[in-house]
Amino acid sequence: MQKLILITSQAVPLPSKNIDTDQIIPARFLKSISKEGFGENLFRDWRYNVHTNEPNPDFVLNNSKYSGEILVAGNNFGCGSSREHAAWSLTDYGFKVVVSSYFADIFKGNALNNGLLPVKVSEEYLKDLIETVTQNPSTQITVDVDKQTISFNGKTENFELDSYKKICLMNGYDDIDFLTSKKDAIKTFEQKTQKIYEQEL
Amino acid sequence: MSQNKTLFDKVWDAHVVETVPDGPQVIYIDKHLIHEVTSPQAFAELEARGLEVFRPNQIVATADHNVPTLGQELPIKDQLSRTQVQQLTENCKKNNIELYGLGHPYQGIVHIIAPELGITQPGMSIVCGDSHTSTHGAFGAIAFGIGTSQVAQVFASQCLLMNKPKSMRVSVNGKLNKDVQAKDVILFIISKIGTDAGTGYFCEYAGNVFEEMSMEGRMTVCNMSIEMGARGGMIAPDETTFNYIKDRTFAPKGEEWNEKVAYWKTLRSDADAVFDKEFEFAAEDIKPMMTYGTNPGMGISIDSKIPTAQNESEEKALKYMGLDAGQSTADIKVNYVFIGSCTNARIEDFRSAADYVKGKHKAENIVAWLVPGSQQVAKQIYDEGLDKVFNEAGFQIRQPGCSACLAMNEDKIPEGEYCVSTSNRNFEGRQGQGARTLLASPLTAAKVAVEGRIPAFENLN
Ligand code: SF4
Repeated sequence: MQKLILITSQAVPLPSKNIDTDQIIPARFLKSISKEGFGENLFRDWRYNVHTNEPNPDFVLNNSKYSGEILVAGNNFGCGSSREHAAWSLTDYGFKVVVSSYFADIFKGNALNNGLLPVKVSEEYLKDLIETVTQNPSTQITVDVDKQTISFNGKTENFELDSYKKICLMNGYDDIDFLTSKKDAIKTFEQKTQKIYEQEL
Repeated sequence: MSQNKTLFDKVWDAHVVETVPDGPQVIYIDKHLIHEVTSPQAFAELEARGLEVFRPNQIVATADHNVPTLGQELPIKDQLSRTQVQQLTENCKKNNIELYGLGHPYQGIVHIIAPELGITQPGMSIVCGDSHTSTHGAFGAIAFGIGTSQVAQVFASQCLLMNKPKSMRVSVNGKLNKDVQAKDVILFIISKIGTDAGTGYFCEYAGNVFEEMSMEGRMTVCNMSIEMGARGGMIAPDETTFNYIKDRTFAPKGEEWNEKVAYWKTLRSDADAVFDKEFEFAAEDIKPMMTYGTNPGMGISIDSKIPTAQNESEEKALKYMGLDAGQSTADIKVNYVFIGSCTNARIEDFRSAADYVKGKHKAENIVAWLVPGSQQVAKQIYDEGLDKVFNEAGFQIRQPGCSACLAMNEDKIPEGEYCVSTSNRNFEGRQGQGARTLLASPLTAAKVAVEGRIPAFENLN
């Protein structure tokens, strides 16, 4: 996993609320058996005409004015299915941070596990950020993982980040690295509890 | 024994291996269910790191999401689906994991087969790379969906890193109206509390309505917990639960059975347990339900009119659905009916549909697909002669799999068409590009198939 410590970038505004995982990456693209290449189909049905496969000029990712490693989206981002492909398609496309006023639980976990940082800000801050970025695409946004702050145009807000996840992000560790270091404790636990729920298949 | 614990607390606390200071807990996983779509990358991840599957005996695999529901005995036509299914077969073989693949008498939708085989038991922790893993909570297990990275974590360590979710309780008491099924109860709850009321929570369902419900009904309810945002749902195990599990293939036997039951009986919320959030509803207020929008919270009783959009996203939903506020549900031109999915493809669901359909015929405009949740459910349909009822009525019985629930295989609803579906999600494009999904109970779906339109139910009481 890539380290994520401090990032300063322009942002892409996507103000829709309740963007679900089926919109982020439609189910028909889930058949791949590797993690790569999902960026091409990120927001597929919004990005391309479903009949002609032509890029939809009204969609923000097709508008050359907007670019950057930060996606700013409406409330309740990532609701829907547990598909991790949603996080992969965002990172594969090149996003490192998603800002919203609310994230669906599973999406949040999946994102953090893949080095994609969900930054939850207040409703007012989000509104201001979306308006600013939409009108002024060159606005620079800074996300400081260590300080847990996001700022643009001198306006700063703090965001929450589990201290364990913070260490992981800043060092580029993931949960597997951590868990496999705990094998002894896990084996002891198994012996202690075996009687209650071990069941041979 | 300490008091004040919820059912969720009791099961959770029994699975904590370790607490990371100022961080998450290491939670032990008893059963890990896998399928062809969300497991290949996890196996690849493990291999790339040179790690082995730590506890292959605690993993069960099946092929369900992507499989065809006609001609399963033939090679899969779609190349990508075929690759995924082959990949699963190879991965299971290489890692000594039990696979109930295509052609196996235990094959089926992962959330249908584990309960029916007695793999799902009270007090367990169960995960699967699929959000509807919440289904297994009907047995008083902690069961929840995980992402593929987490699938790899469980492969590598049989554990997960988690922050303990908060707990909420939804109580429904009273007497259910005629023709109201478990699906209606959960659609009603979600329509009242919204699709994010449960975010960050595990939800316990309590009250006489759930106590009197069959295991199949409880599974339908817990299945849709995720649609109100909850990580999972739970119902305290009782005699109904024990009777359901007893004598199933992998159920405990003999002395072990008695020991387990004694333990399972302790799995209920203490009288003084405190929940972070509580909701209460009266059973009498629930009527047969249907969704009209593009999230499962947009539900109404089927005899009401399409409501006015309250905000932009509801407006967008109505536009996608091609519906107008004030329109009567009976005017919606439904041409498809799908009875299937891990929400409603158990034998009880087909029995209730067959009961109604018996001696009738489907309307001419309707294509009616019945997709059993598993090979065992399919076998029961034939053993009980329900196939005759459905065939005579013009319904098509297909082979087990997820099918039109997510339309990853060929079972897609054409663009712009309406489908009354017993599945759990009505998101844009869920049943096929441009398809319009109306979620309902198996009984309502059967009635729609016969009448050719959404029927108003009479004599609610
Ligand atoms: S039936 Fe639908 S919801 Fe259930 S496991 Fe399959 S795809 Fe998921």
